Amino acid sequence: MTRKLLTGNSAAAWGARLARVDYIPAFPITPQTEIIEDLAAWIDRGEMEARLVTLESEHSMITAAGAAASSGVRAFTATSSQGLLYGMEMVYTVAGWRTPFVMVNVSRGLASPITLESDHNDIMAARDSGFLQIHCATCQEIADSILIAYRLAEHPDVRMPAIVNLDGFYLSFTREPVDLANASKAQAFVGEYDPENLQFRGNSPLSQAMAVLGGGPYSYFRYEAHLAVQRALTVYEEISDEFDDIFGRRYDMIDCYHMDDAEYVFVMLGSFSTKARDAVDNLRAAGWKAGLLRPRLFRPFPQQRIRQLLQGRRAVGIIDQNISMGMGGVLHSEFATALYGLKDAPLLGSYIGGLGGRDINQREFFAIADELKQAYDSGESLPPRLLYTQNELTEMRKLQAIARAEHAEIHQT
Amino acid sequence: MIKQSPVHFHRMKDMPSTHLLGTGTPMCAGCGGLETLHTMYDILGRKTVFVNAAGCMTLLSVYPFTPFHGGWLYTSMASAPAGAQGVRDAVDILLQKKKLPVEEDVEVVVVTGDGAAYGMGMSATSGAMDRNLDFIYLCYDNEGYGNTGQQYSAATPHAALTSTSKGSHGYPGYKKDLFSIWAAHNPAYVATVIAAEPLDLAKKIEKLQTMSGPRMLISLAPCPTGWDYDPKLSVEIGRLAVQTGVWPLKEYIDGEVRHTRVAKQRKPVDEYLQLQGRFKHLFEPHRDKQGIAEIQARVDAYWDKTDAR
Repeated sequence: MTRKLLTGNSAAAWGARLARVDYIPAFPITPQTEIIEDLAAWIDRGEMEARLVTLESEHSMITAAGAAASSGVRAFTATSSQGLLYGMEMVYTVAGWRTPFVMVNVSRGLASPITLESDHNDIMAARDSGFLQIHCATCQEIADSILIAYRLAEHPDVRMPAIVNLDGFYLSFTREPVDLANASKAQAFVGEYDPENLQFRGNSPLSQAMAVLGGGPYSYFRYEAHLAVQRALTVYEEISDEFDDIFGRRYDMIDCYHMDDAEYVFVMLGSFSTKARDAVDNLRAAGWKAGLLRPRLFRPFPQQRIRQLLQGRRAVGIIDQNISMGMGGVLHSEFATALYGLKDAPLLGSYIGGLGGRDINQREFFAIADELKQAYDSGESLPPRLLYTQNELTEMRKLQAIARAEHAEIHQT
Repeated sequence: MIKQSPVHFHRMKDMPSTHLLGTGTPMCAGCGGLETLHTMYDILGRKTVFVNAAGCMTLLSVYPFTPFHGGWLYTSMASAPAGAQGVRDAVDILLQKKKLPVEEDVEVVVVTGDGAAYGMGMSATSGAMDRNLDFIYLCYDNEGYGNTGQQYSAATPHAALTSTSKGSHGYPGYKKDLFSIWAAHNPAYVATVIAAEPLDLAKKIEKLQTMSGPRMLISLAPCPTGWDYDPKLSVEIGRLAVQTGVWPLKEYIDGEVRHTRVAKQRKPVDEYLQLQGRFKHLFEPHRDKQGIAEIQARVDAYWDKTDAR
């Protein structure tokens, strides 16, 4: 193993390299671009044996990835934000092809207003597509998750494409020490791509992605895909155990921090959870029994495990780095669904924060913990919160004042 | 793809006598697009993978039936050329790694209607040509969004009635010159074809089989349901499209455009137009002299400026 200081993007490129991908349809978009630049440089220098082709859009890129995986090669691709949305028709479509390949999404907030910084509304839009989703919190986890994702996607019980998600800027451009798996060990772990029956050949008939008539066959294929995604839960456990045995790093489907005796629990996805980890340490130092629960596997959604982990806790603050307009946090809804009807279920609080890269500071975590405790003590339910500080509002008002002044000036002249 | 040694098509009796494409497809009777596909498939043979965009032909393969002996991949309306890219690249990688024997190589053929080719799929097609993708593209052009009931598209000719241009003058726009747009990319080959001229079609397919890179075909596809005529007239209307000069048969190779059929005496466009319900308003209740003259003038202007004669 070699230890290197890598950005999240480079770690993603290394993941693809170690998985010995054959084919990389690509398209640049911030903050993902460095991934394809790294891969292109390795291929140009002959350090990596693969073919990289820049398509003219993410829609075409995802089509090409699915078509290549359907033709018998291991494919890898990466995108972000608007790119993921531009390709969204094909995200849903290729999942229905049951073609295993891995796509990295470097999360970035969606327009409008347009931003480059991170949140999870992009990846949430792919939630119902059939793509498996693994969410990463560190650069180490990115490189490792790509290896795990290939195993999971290509498993005979699953056969679905997978997304490995990392946060733009916070991970994509942040350097962390990463233990890179030994190439031959990584190869042995990932294995050869078995395309099964997905191979276009001269003289052998194969029809992919054909039309169906009527709801019966349509429902059958949709249910089959859903059940395959669900089977990935069991398969994930086997694969993560094997990964741990070989590489000595453990990636449970849910990452738990101080959960053994936690009364108050934060739930977060991705790299922002490291802020919650800090908050747990700080709260514990102040005498709280605080913990953090971070789902790594988001699709399939580990409902049973969540029920086991949260039963008997006092209250849970779910901090969503996404917003479903008119409803609230997606993760909150999913946890409420998972816990519904559970005896001794905790109170749930919904907090939206970290949109467009907005920081969530330690005082906010303490305020959330206070609110959770008050609700538990009083037995009252928690209103949903949109995190925003007085200071931020003051700064925003200043911008609005400038905008008004500019507007007035233009209209005077 | 290793290029095949061509069969030579000089006479009609050189044409394949049996069809490779299975029967019983849900295409309409008299479908001009299906006729082109038949001829093309007969010549290209079984080692063909068709990559399809949303359109009428999407219904050729409906689970669990397929009329194809080789491959079929439906993609989306906009991205069939990108699907072809994925298949071609993957097969090349497998050949290179010797994971696939050479005799299992395939010819990748994109099949889309004009809705995809002239509009939504244009950027993917342009990209495939930029990348010099080794593939064949067949656009069956029935001059409208046929599969949804013939709304006008960028391929619809001036004055045609469509289900979104039902007014007394029909479609006010003009058919987009896709041939020139494609040719501007300088691909290996671009040609216009029509099934009603099978020998011309066969010769062009024969020619493109010897080439590699993007090989692009636009087939005018007379459409009984969309153009409103009796299916038995499909071949006649197709021939008239060529004989009147409305559909010039031509090819582009190495920067040169060559016309492959040049009538000594073009028939008046009336003969083509009056067989089709979509142009009925030009003839009934009164003959729209000005409207017909305008269409004739555009056809004449096209031929006047070509140096084909």
